[in-house]
Amino acid sequence: MLNLSLQSLSSHLEKKTFSSVELSQFYLERIKHHNPSLNAFITIDEEKSLLMATKADELIARGQKLPLTGIPIAQKDIFCSQGWTTTCGSKMLENFIAPYDAMVIEKFNEVGAVNIGKTNMDEFAMGSSNETSYFGPVKNPWNLGLVPGGSSGGSAAAIAARLAPAATGTDTGGSIRQPASLCGFTGLKPTYGLVSRYGMIAFASSLDQAGPMAISAEDCSLMMNVMTGHDQRDSTSIERDKEDYGGKLNSSIKGLKIGIPKEFFGEGLDSSVQTVIDSAIDEYKKLGAEIIEISLPNNHLAIPVYYVIAPAEASSNLSRYDGVRYGYRTKEYDDLMDMYFKTRQEGFGEEVKRRILIGTYVLSAGYYDAYYLKAQKIRRLISEDFIEAFKKCDIIMGPSAPSVAFKAGEKQEDPLAMYMQDIYTISTNLAGLPAMSIPAGFVNDLPVGLQLIGNYFSEAKLLNIAHSFQKNTDWHLQSAKGFE
Amino acid sequence: MSLVNQCIITDYLNIFTKTGVFIMTISKKDIEKIAHLARINISQGETEKLEKKLDGIMSLIDKMQSINTDNIQPMSHALDISQPLRKDEVTESDLRKKILPLAPETEKSLFIVPQVIE
Repeated sequence: MLNLSLQSLSSHLEKKTFSSVELSQFYLERIKHHNPSLNAFITIDEEKSLLMATKADELIARGQKLPLTGIPIAQKDIFCSQGWTTTCGSKMLENFIAPYDAMVIEKFNEVGAVNIGKTNMDEFAMGSSNETSYFGPVKNPWNLGLVPGGSSGGSAAAIAARLAPAATGTDTGGSIRQPASLCGFTGLKPTYGLVSRYGMIAFASSLDQAGPMAISAEDCSLMMNVMTGHDQRDSTSIERDKEDYGGKLNSSIKGLKIGIPKEFFGEGLDSSVQTVIDSAIDEYKKLGAEIIEISLPNNHLAIPVYYVIAPAEASSNLSRYDGVRYGYRTKEYDDLMDMYFKTRQEGFGEEVKRRILIGTYVLSAGYYDAYYLKAQKIRRLISEDFIEAFKKCDIIMGPSAPSVAFKAGEKQEDPLAMYMQDIYTISTNLAGLPAMSIPAGFVNDLPVGLQLIGNYFSEAKLLNIAHSFQKNTDWHLQSAKGFE
Repeated sequence: MSLVNQCIITDYLNIFTKTGVFIMTISKKDIEKIAHLARINISQGETEKLEKKLDGIMSLIDKMQSINTDNIQPMSHALDISQPLRKDEVTESDLRKKILPLAPETEKSLFIVPQVIE
């Protein structure tokens, strides 16, 4: 039951083996049982979820079933969901009840999917371990002493512990792929602009992108079919024809040219992780792929560039939290200024404040050229590296993260060590390219993710390449002990 | 230019080393200035903790400075698309009843803030 694909859950619903209400109750029970130890969810609202399930059952009874009708989906608490508390992992929005739906939520509602709960996350999606959440850290189901990765750590733990068959995430610098790697499931960050950012609480607007998190590539393809599409309310939303992301799943990958960037296998990569990645690439060779060595010479600059651009955009985006129109307001203050200062001091956590300060600094008069503009220029160089690479190969592969899940608290006091977690993921956000992480094996019983980076709008191809691997391996079907 | 910004610039006239590379260190005074710009209160204890961490982050960022970016177009959008325009039409209905209850303090149809003008 717990490893059933979304497709099979869907056909069970169609055949009425069980109803959406029963399926939702099943997952709600699992959440109730396991959430106290994992802290994967911030908000669970049984009544609301079951009402959605009831409506889905009505649609199914009327023969109006779509692929995800009645399927429970865990929603990252970054997506505004009308009537649901939407916190973004922050004290600032602890009591914020969203007055409207994000486009992603709207799309899932339209097809009759069930919102099974809002998942925990690093505060304002800033973090790689899910330890910056105001609502407490999330635990990794594979080992409760370890972090699940971040920032979509709640969604990650929810899938790894099978508390939901699928979830949504957002990825600004690796926040879908790194937790997918650390928790052992499939995650996809689409091409920038493919999924609308409307109602998705902003962190770094030129990098933020929502995507699916699920057991398999096939499941992700069904979610992509729902989540994508042009939206006038997001000015960076891409206008293009609707695509069937599952359409190419079973195409042959014989002759596929896989580019291996030498920069992804140097210093900093755990050698046992490298062994797993090497054997995953060997598996692709067996499937008929050709391996080509490529170079992404500017990849080492991705983290410095990101820590200018992302905080700069965040400092601007987060200026809206002023205690006036919504969100937290300090209790005692002398005047307007005092209210702003105390509200933001008390409402934001340490990591968020740190990034706002960095962002404010790099944008301040006199520094804009040396930092922000410089970073935007190097962003172009990083991006051009990929354009060059894709002249030689169809897809790029490497690790998703430099190590397996690490101990809670281990990197909390060392921001630089934490930032290195995203060394292989950030450059694709800067370039705007689609990328996935798929389970590729284990090191000491902990999952390792293989990263697949595609050219712009090649999601269907990426899913096809991932699916080919998953038809021949069962890493993605392994689940954590105690949660089977 | 505000006084605060001017102070920052004067303070950093010493950041260019002999090699012409931009090297940045952040002092307690700088943190107080940027915290003021960002409208965040920082306690004395926090400033000290922040100084060390921000310094580390800035030295990471400074790796950019050795890269030659002459004649490189800055990239602000992943796909270099231009800003789309739409017709200037009202698309939302009156959301006052939905929006106002979210505010910490309101009166009639107004958001209440501490008195600004005497």
